[in-house]
Amino acid sequence: MHIPDGYLSPQTYVPLFGASLVCWSIGLKKIKRELSTKQVPYLAMAAVFSFLIMMFNIPIPGGTTGHAAGAGIIAVLLGPWTAVIAVSVVLIIQALIFGDGGITAIGANCFNIAVVMPFVAFWVFNLIKGKSRDPKRLSLAAFFSGYASLTVSAIFVAIQLGIQPLIARSSSGTPLYAPYPLSVALPVMALEHLLLFSIVEGVVTLLLFKYFMKNEPELIYAETGNGT
Amino acid sequence: MQKRETAHRMTKTQKKLWIGLIIMALISPLGIVVPELFNSGDAWGEWGTETLHKLLGYIPEGLRKYADFWKAPVPDYILGGEESSMTIKVISYITSGLVGILAVTLVIYLISKVVIKNGK
Repeated sequence: MHIPDGYLSPQTYVPLFGASLVCWSIGLKKIKRELSTKQVPYLAMAAVFSFLIMMFNIPIPGGTTGHAAGAGIIAVLLGPWTAVIAVSVVLIIQALIFGDGGITAIGANCFNIAVVMPFVAFWVFNLIKGKSRDPKRLSLAAFFSGYASLTVSAIFVAIQLGIQPLIARSSSGTPLYAPYPLSVALPVMALEHLLLFSIVEGVVTLLLFKYFMKNEPELIYAETGNGT
Repeated sequence: MQKRETAHRMTKTQKKLWIGLIIMALISPLGIVVPELFNSGDAWGEWGTETLHKLLGYIPEGLRKYADFWKAPVPDYILGGEESSMTIKVISYITSGLVGILAVTLVIYLISKVVIKNGK
């Protein structure tokens, strides 16, 4: 899901940089207003967790690989805007030091993984949870916040890649950037996530949620009334 | 790793979580070993130019121009690149995980320091 350099046309990555910039500035303002120094260690641990979980590539036998990203559980535990900053820091470090994701694609990757994913997770969590305090309902909410958020994020990536052949072609008609059309990118990305990677994300989200419910319930943003 | 003035004493849970994260870094090579066992390749849409040439028979012009303009110090978390031996890959992966922990923590603490101090 880390789009490399060269896969997106400037017409795509420039606006997405803009979108991410806006989200970073809102996220920093939110952190300034809401985060206390006591929560900083959790912010650091959350970001570190996201960095590390992305190293665990999950194989589709004989095919591609994918991974969880952890942005969903961070949104549920620390709030979506905090997740925006935590995961963006991770993605920028991954791009600069490890070449995982392109430099020109930093805006796009941050938008897909550090903005779309936390907000989908937070929204799905609250939607399923409703006003319920039933542990089973909460577990369900946690699983699906992870499952849905990674899937939607992957679909955003697929759309950005899939529209490239429509945007830019060489004089001989071949695509200039990401070569596969939406009719290929969308089903491949959606299916591999729906059937495998997002399930892993869901399970990871569920397990961590349960751990924090048991050990640090007062920390959970989506549970302490800060949530909308 | 902790800034003295911002760190209240680490709670038991926090200590456990940090240990958990370090263990994650130490077992991170599973992320390359397991895909290799299953004969799985790159993530979809993250191919290098050589792989793309194999897949398509050509390298898209714009993509070729931008693909390698950034020389990351440790490409794909592996020192010495894809051709290194498995041992090197495993060691690089663990090192990258630990470097990642340090780099991410440092940046988050820097941001928090600037943002939160000015705010309150």
